[in-house]
Amino acid sequence: MTALAKDASFLESTARQRIAGLFDAGSFTEFLPPSARVTSPHLGQLDAPVAFDDGVAVGRALLAGQAVLVAAQEGAFMGGAVGEVHGAKLVGLLRRAAAEQTPVVLLLESGGVRLHEANAGLIAVSEVMRAVFDARAAGVPVITLAGGGNGVFGGMGIVARCTNMVIMSEEARLAMSGPEVIETAAGVEEFDARDRALVWRTTGGKQRYLLGDCQQLVADSIAQFRAAAIAALAQWAQQSSALSLEALEAEQAMLGERIERFGAAIDPLDIWAALGVADPDRLPLLDAEEFLAAVAAHRIKGG
Amino acid sequence: MDTLHYRFEQGRRVLPPGGAAVLVGVVGSGNLEVLIEAASLDGACAIEVHTAAMGFGATWQAVLDDFHQRWQLQDARIAINDMGATPAVVSLRLDQAVQTMLGGSP
Repeated sequence: MTALAKDASFLESTARQRIAGLFDAGSFTEFLPPSARVTSPHLGQLDAPVAFDDGVAVGRALLAGQAVLVAAQEGAFMGGAVGEVHGAKLVGLLRRAAAEQTPVVLLLESGGVRLHEANAGLIAVSEVMRAVFDARAAGVPVITLAGGGNGVFGGMGIVARCTNMVIMSEEARLAMSGPEVIETAAGVEEFDARDRALVWRTTGGKQRYLLGDCQQLVADSIAQFRAAAIAALAQWAQQSSALSLEALEAEQAMLGERIERFGAAIDPLDIWAALGVADPDRLPLLDAEEFLAAVAAHRIKGG
Repeated sequence: MDTLHYRFEQGRRVLPPGGAAVLVGVVGSGNLEVLIEAASLDGACAIEVHTAAMGFGATWQAVLDDFHQRWQLQDARIAINDMGATPAVVSLRLDQAVQTMLGGSP
């Protein structure tokens, strides 16, 4: 595997480079490696290219000496979209985590369900959600790292929010429908998908952090994601990872209050101003450290 | 999709025995993945190409002839999933795969 510089960009790296840089050197052991050639049966039928790992690498690794189970989606292969095999690999990993009581770190980058695989892909994603909750109920924390250029959308956006914690970079995005989908369905007046600044203001890491949808924001660096993941595991070792009724009700209340306060806003800038951030216009220009300092007192602290 | 098979006999360079298979590259637009592993093939290097670009068999033949001339691999199995990579990208990926397999820094 290509050696990476210490401050290598998470965004620019492949899924396998991210694994190599994030976890202890040489500690990754892959389940169903490419040489096993477990590829998508559906893509072959459609005469479309397959990948030997079906777009996701899963296995075990060490993070600062602690055993973890790991999955990394490859955004460059079909946008990281989830097909039957891809989803089954995620489900198997999460089930193993529950059985072994090993924490999980998910490096997500996905457009959601792989449309080529239709119902098989939809079922796969719903099984991943169920497996995340089963792992959490078994006392296993599941941490999401999102730093890929394709963002985390559709069913995988939901999966990310089913995990205990989402750590993002500014460059990452997290949402349900992607910008083009919204524009196609609701018109350009509703959402101009070609306005990149608007897209990132709306779905990017900074907005998600301000709204409480992600719990930590880091700069686009594998080393920073690594440090944040180590801290997250230490944090979740001290508290229950299971989904509780209290946490759900608190989240529901937070969401209700959020839509009441900001439902009429037409641009995230309005929300940032309403949150009391000084000069909201400058937020997109700040680096991660300056941004965190500027918004510390104003962000919504979601679960 | 085109599926193409190539076989080069009597290579001289042996891959590390028992070494793990190596994967380089990604199946993305203009890119490809190359999987290389040691395999008993009576001294041959067998290359299987799955490509989204139809009708480029002669180009693949030329690129892989060059590759074999450079490396002369013996008892090696190479599998490629391609999404329209240019010949230069294919050559670089193949070299990266072999160099990684041989323990060099690609």
